[in-house]
Amino acid sequence: MLKIENLHAGVEDKSILKGINLEVKPGEVHAIMGPNGSGKSTLSSVIAGKEEYEVSEGSILFEGEDIEELAAEERAHKGIFLSFQYPVEIPGVSVTNFVKTAINETRKAQGLEDMPAKDMLKLIREKSDLLEIDRKFLSRSLNEGFSGGEKKRNEIFQMAMLDPKLAILDETDSGLDIDALRIVANGVNKLKGENNAVIVITHYQRLLDHIVPDFVHVLHNGRIVKSGTKELAHELEEKGYDWIKEEVNA
Amino acid sequence: MDLKEKLLSSFLVFENQTEIDSYVSDVRNDAIKAFEEKGFPTKRDEAWKYTSLNKLLKEDYSVFPKQENALEYREVKKYLIHEIDTYKIVFIDGKYSSHLSETTHDGMDVCLMSAALNKPKYRLVIENYFNKAATDDSLTSLNTAFSKEGAYINIPKGKIVEKPIQIIHFSTGNESATMLQPRNLIVVDENSHVQIIERHQSLTSNPVLTNSVTEIFAKKRAIVDYYKIQNDTIDASLIDNTFIKQKQESIVSVHTFSFGGKLTRNNLNFYQEGERIDSTLKGVTIIGNKQHVDHNTLVHHIEPNCESHQDYKGIFNDNATGVFNGKVVVEKEAQKTNAFQANNNILISDKATINTKPQLEIFADDVKCSHGCTIGQLDESALFYMRSRGIPEKEAKALLMYAFSNNVLSSVKIPEIKRRITKIIANQLGVDIGFDL
Repeated sequence: MLKIENLHAGVEDKSILKGINLEVKPGEVHAIMGPNGSGKSTLSSVIAGKEEYEVSEGSILFEGEDIEELAAEERAHKGIFLSFQYPVEIPGVSVTNFVKTAINETRKAQGLEDMPAKDMLKLIREKSDLLEIDRKFLSRSLNEGFSGGEKKRNEIFQMAMLDPKLAILDETDSGLDIDALRIVANGVNKLKGENNAVIVITHYQRLLDHIVPDFVHVLHNGRIVKSGTKELAHELEEKGYDWIKEEVNA
Repeated sequence: MDLKEKLLSSFLVFENQTEIDSYVSDVRNDAIKAFEEKGFPTKRDEAWKYTSLNKLLKEDYSVFPKQENALEYREVKKYLIHEIDTYKIVFIDGKYSSHLSETTHDGMDVCLMSAALNKPKYRLVIENYFNKAATDDSLTSLNTAFSKEGAYINIPKGKIVEKPIQIIHFSTGNESATMLQPRNLIVVDENSHVQIIERHQSLTSNPVLTNSVTEIFAKKRAIVDYYKIQNDTIDASLIDNTFIKQKQESIVSVHTFSFGGKLTRNNLNFYQEGERIDSTLKGVTIIGNKQHVDHNTLVHHIEPNCESHQDYKGIFNDNATGVFNGKVVVEKEAQKTNAFQANNNILISDKATINTKPQLEIFADDVKCSHGCTIGQLDESALFYMRSRGIPEKEAKALLMYAFSNNVLSSVKIPEIKRRITKIIANQLGVDIGFDL
C-alpha cells in the first residue's frame, strides 16, 4: 500500500529525513517510535503532503503511484489520512459542516454525487456513538476551545467518517487521559481491517498496549535505525532510547 | 468649471425651482455657505487622510437628471430582496419611481422626502428633525443644500412594522456621468420596531457618484435594524453619511456589507442621548481590483449605562485598499459605558492595503472599553489541516474567509439578507459554498 524508498526531506536548507525506507501492507499496523527531534512528525507531514517540506531524494509510492507531486487534498482523496498532533482550531466552522465538506469534496474528486443528507446523518450518529462523542459537541466550532482529549477524539471521529485506506496517527496519545485513550484506541481498532493500514507515531508505548502493532520502527536522526515486533516497544519503554543511540553510534 | 463651482451655480437654479417653507430654505442656504467655505475634503483633512476624492471629482457630472427613465420590475428584480413582502421606496436617477415602489400612509408614513419637505402636514416633523442629526461637514452640507428627494419614514409610537422597508436607488446611465444626492429621514417613535434595507445600484458603466445623507431618530425603547448592501458596479462610488440619534433604551444596529463599487466611504455616526442605549455597528468588506472601502465610524457616549459594539471584518485582494477609522468618545457623565471595537483584516494579495486606526477618547473613569485590530494572512496551518482532510485549496481558503466574516452575519435578523450575503460572499471568493456555517 505504502512504499517509501530512500526518502530524504527537509525544510529549506535543513535536512531532516535522511534516507527512510518503509513498506506498509494492507491490514498492517506499524508503530514509529523515536526520541524528540528524530523526524517522526516530519515523516507524517511529508506523507500527507505539507508543502513546506521539500523532498530532495527518494520516493513515496501509494498503491503503486508516486504521490510526490500530489497536493495534500489529492492525497486525502486517494485515502491518506493524517491525525494531527496539534489539531488546528477553525472558528466559525462547525465540526459537522467541516466533516460534511470534507466527505463531499472527496466524493466530488472521485466523481460521486454529494452524500444524501439522510445517510450523512446516519453516519455521523454511528461514528459519534463509536467515539462516545456528545451530539452537542458536533455543532461547536472545530477544535475551538476543545480540551486536548476532545481534539484527539475529534480527529479519530473525522478519520472514522472519512474511512481512509491509510491512517497516520501522529502522537494521538499525547494529551489523553486513560479513559480517552481507551475510547480512541477502541475507535481505531474498530476501523482497522484487511484493506486498510495504520501508522502509529508515538513517543511512548502506552497507546501500543491498545493498538497492537505488527511492526515497530525506531526513528533516530532521520533514519529508521531499528525495526522489530511489538516486543521492541516494550524494550524501549523499559530502557529508553539511549541504548539505540549508542548502538547506532558504535 | 470644476465640480464645486458647478454645484454652487446650480444651487441658485435649484433654490428658485423649489417651493419650500422658510425653515428648510434657511437650512439649505446655511448648508451651501458651509460647503462653499469648506469645499470638498482633501487628504490634508485628518478624516480623509487615506481616501482621496480627487479623481472622482474630475468627472463632469450632471447634477440634475435631465430626462426621466423608466425601468421594468423584471430588469431590476434581482437587486431587490424579492423573496419576501416589503415596502419599497425606489428611485431612478434620483427621481421617485411610483411604478417600482410600494409605500404606505396607513398608520405610519413610508413615503417620499419631497412630499415631506413640501406638504404642510409634515412641517412639524421636518422642523423637529430635518438636519438635526446631520453635521455641517462639507459633504453633508452639500447634500443638505440640495436635499430634495429620498425616503421619508415616520413610525408612530408602539408600532411593529411587519415588513422590512427597502430604499433603493438605481442609476441608468442616462447621462455620461451622474451625481446623486439622496436624503433620507427616518423617525422611529417610542416602542416601535422597523427594519430597513438600503441599496445603491448602477445599471451601466457610466460613472456615478452618490453623496447620500440619512438621519435616523430612535426614540425611547425603539428598535431599528438597518442593512446597507453595497455591491455596486466598479464605476459607481458612494459617500454614505449616516447620523443616528438614540434616546433611552433604544437599540439600533447598522450592518454594512461592502463588496462592490469603485470608492465607498461610510461615515457612520451614533449619538447616544439617553441611558441604557445599545448601538451595534458591523461590517463585512470583501473587495479586489482597485476598489477602495473606507469605514469611518463614531460612537458618542453621552449618558451613563450604555453599550456599543463595533465589529468590522475586511478581506482585501489585488490592489484593493481599505480604511477603518473608528472613534469612540465617552463623555465624563457616561459612567458604566461598555464600548467594544474590533477590526480584523485579511490581506490576500501583497499589493492590497489596509489602514486601520482606532481612536478612543474616554473622559469617564468607570467604563469598560476595548478595541483591537488585526491584519493578517490566511492561517497556513489551518489551510494544510483542511486540505489534508480532502478540502481543496480554493474551497479551504473560501471556507476560512467565510468563517472569518461569519460573526458579522450571525446578527443579521432577516434570513433572506443573510442568504443573499452568503451567496455574494461565496461569489466574491469564487466558490460554491453549499451550506450555512
